[in-house]
Amino acid sequence: MKRRKVDLKALPGATANAVDERFKVARPLRGILNKVFPDHWSFLLGEIALFSFIVLLLTGTFMALFFDPSMTEVKYDGSYTPLRGQEMSHAYASSLDLSFDVRGGLVVRQMHHWAALLFVAAIIVHMFRIFFTGAYRKPRETNWIIGLLLFWLAFLEGFAGYSLPDDALSGTGLRIATGIMLSIPVIGTWVTSSLFGGEFPGHVILDRLYIVHVFLIPLVLLALITIHITLVFIQKHTQWPGPGRTNSNVVGERFFPRYVMKQAGFFMLVFAVIAAMGGLFQINPIWLFGPYRAAVVSAGSQPDWYVMFLDGSTRLMPAWELTFSIAGHQYMIPGIFWPTVVLPGILTVLPMAWPFIEARKNKDKSIHNLAQRPRDVPQRTALGAMAVSFYIVLLISGGNDIIADKFHISLNAMTWAGRIGLLVIPPLAYYITHRIALGLQQHDREVLAHGVETGIIKRLPNGAFVEIHQPLAPVDDHGHPEELPYVNWTVPKKMNRLGALGPAIRGFFKPIEVPVKPQLPPAPEKEREKTSV
Amino acid sequence: MTRRSADAKDEGMAMTTEPGKGGGLTARMRRLAAPRRRGKVARRTGATIRMLAALVLAGGLYVAVAPATQAADAATLSRSAEDGKALFDQNCITCHGRNAQGVDGKGPSLIGVGSASVEFQVTSGRMPAARQEAQIPRKRTFWDGEELQQNAESLGQYIQELGGGPQLPANVDPSQADIAKGGELFRVNCASCHAFSAGGGALSSGKYAPTLEPATDRQIYAAMLTGPQNMPVFGDNQLSPQEKLDIIAYVQGMKSDQDPGGWGLGRFGPVTEGLAIFLVGIVALVFATLWIAGKS
Repeated sequence: MKRRKVDLKALPGATANAVDERFKVARPLRGILNKVFPDHWSFLLGEIALFSFIVLLLTGTFMALFFDPSMTEVKYDGSYTPLRGQEMSHAYASSLDLSFDVRGGLVVRQMHHWAALLFVAAIIVHMFRIFFTGAYRKPRETNWIIGLLLFWLAFLEGFAGYSLPDDALSGTGLRIATGIMLSIPVIGTWVTSSLFGGEFPGHVILDRLYIVHVFLIPLVLLALITIHITLVFIQKHTQWPGPGRTNSNVVGERFFPRYVMKQAGFFMLVFAVIAAMGGLFQINPIWLFGPYRAAVVSAGSQPDWYVMFLDGSTRLMPAWELTFSIAGHQYMIPGIFWPTVVLPGILTVLPMAWPFIEARKNKDKSIHNLAQRPRDVPQRTALGAMAVSFYIVLLISGGNDIIADKFHISLNAMTWAGRIGLLVIPPLAYYITHRIALGLQQHDREVLAHGVETGIIKRLPNGAFVEIHQPLAPVDDHGHPEELPYVNWTVPKKMNRLGALGPAIRGFFKPIEVPVKPQLPPAPEKEREKTSV
Repeated sequence: MTRRSADAKDEGMAMTTEPGKGGGLTARMRRLAAPRRRGKVARRTGATIRMLAALVLAGGLYVAVAPATQAADAATLSRSAEDGKALFDQNCITCHGRNAQGVDGKGPSLIGVGSASVEFQVTSGRMPAARQEAQIPRKRTFWDGEELQQNAESLGQYIQELGGGPQLPANVDPSQADIAKGGELFRVNCASCHAFSAGGGALSSGKYAPTLEPATDRQIYAAMLTGPQNMPVFGDNQLSPQEKLDIIAYVQGMKSDQDPGGWGLGRFGPVTEGLAIFLVGIVALVFATLWIAGKS
């Protein structure tokens, strides 16, 4: 029999050709694989969210194999002694079993929870980057809105997950959610009773939250994430301005193979960080909380960090009740309505409208593909700092009882500090950030005009001292540098940025090559020959 | 002399005047019925004898009616209580006043607080207090080791003999208690202030429920029994002695229970978890982005 020869070199090409003949993928794939992505650390923050979402899907699927959301009461007889014999819902019992009796269950549960916290944290950090660099401007307004929707969906998804184990903490969270829903005028009671199938807690809420948590919201999240990333491909990624980079090109690496390889490596790193946290740090110890009972409310009951700002706004809100009557009927809007329904409403709508508000204010209809440095748009940066400080005051107030207790501060003082801080700190943050941005701009302009400080001090004949500056631009006949235009990009401010002190040393954490020791230049060849002869 | 025994004495005095007056009344009636026959001296002697008789009767009645032990205690303290009194007069009297009657604006009266309260406050280092503040914190004990036990006992005995009050059982042994039951009771009764992990929590205006981490079995029992500072009293009607032991078993069990999930982050719940995700997760991954983006 004749042995068939396999030409290994032709194999990939032949395979690709076979695939293309059948599925006609060469043309679309070429576009995608050749896509160029600019390289900067701040463009990788969204990926943290994407990769933690993948970890969430993986760990969540594992847990769904063991978790049962049923609210039927059972007697616990698992291996955690301090709860044995206690009456609890089947949901809680199966969460305990998942933690103590399923091999690897606890570490997967903890990874899932850490990944959830990381998911929302990365979304927030990514959102800050987009905002402060103006990357939401035309044509990317839609993707900004989708991103905001993703945040709120992640928020709901996280809250649903927090409520599922039916421990005392998640029950308390659900109880508060009920209170918030009840505070909505006119439809509040209807919304609550239709969601809970009657009075809180009822018998159906966990089954409903379960399908919302494992199917509905993940599906919408997945769809929106796909659109979010597809839009980045279609609209191309923004890039920083710089040499060779314009509004109509992209300078960077091709999607395949380098970018894909880097992203694969980054996914491993994100997975590793989540796995390390899941294995090393205990999160949500549901066995300490015990089963949910309406009478059990622990001190230090907090939601996960991404809901904590609403807890904070609730804690700071004075107990103001609004009573009025319409057509002889008495109505009352409780204080909780403003910080938990109206505030999130504003926080949803206002950011979504922001790209259009800014474009209208600046009468700006052009397309922007270059990211802006925060210092170059001082007003936006200052507004952003204002929003961030507002958020941080609320976030800290959400944990103010823990802070008060552990740092020996009066809880009342914390609450009043939060109330006053909420009004005083954001304007201060605006002013300070605005001044810092202008100051940084000013310094850039100074260097462009006069050059880089060399650190060499010269004494003039009249006794005065001056520092010698290295001009960045060519000098005129009198030795004065020409003034360079401001280009919204990094200005070298140190002599070694200009190559004066030899090449920059490579290596991230420690130098991977020993810098050359300064030495006298060797004598020219010819001279040496002369002396040797 | 204690306040209670002083009150009792006042009562006694009232009783003595009562029959005395009665005696005067009969004398007056007799006077009305017949003209005077006796001399001044005789009348005075008669009145004195009647007065003495009435006094003896009243005193006798008091001794018979009043609780025998208290009457005896008021007179003499046991040896241990004498030691306690000496310690009290040296260390506690500034704030709690003479005979533990309390000093306005400084310290409360200790009449009726019982030896359980004394043991709790002294062995946990709260008493003697360093200063007046929203709440007296737990600190290093004033005495150490054997001396602490002895002095706390003597002081407790003194306070007990002064005014009675709740006492700890001689032996607080939660080893046979039902941990699961204790957990349930803890979550219903204690967690709302001390938090699910017994790590403590804030109350209003600088007050707080302390962490139960350093608390001993006897201290937890005494705290439930006496309700120190801002804590409510959980008397034996609210939580039976067995239920108290169950709770103690659960609290102590939680301490020995090593966190199965890794480092517990202080068991403070989502606040420290949120801090960790930013300080560890986000920081580590931002370094990763710097590293990866630097490799171009």
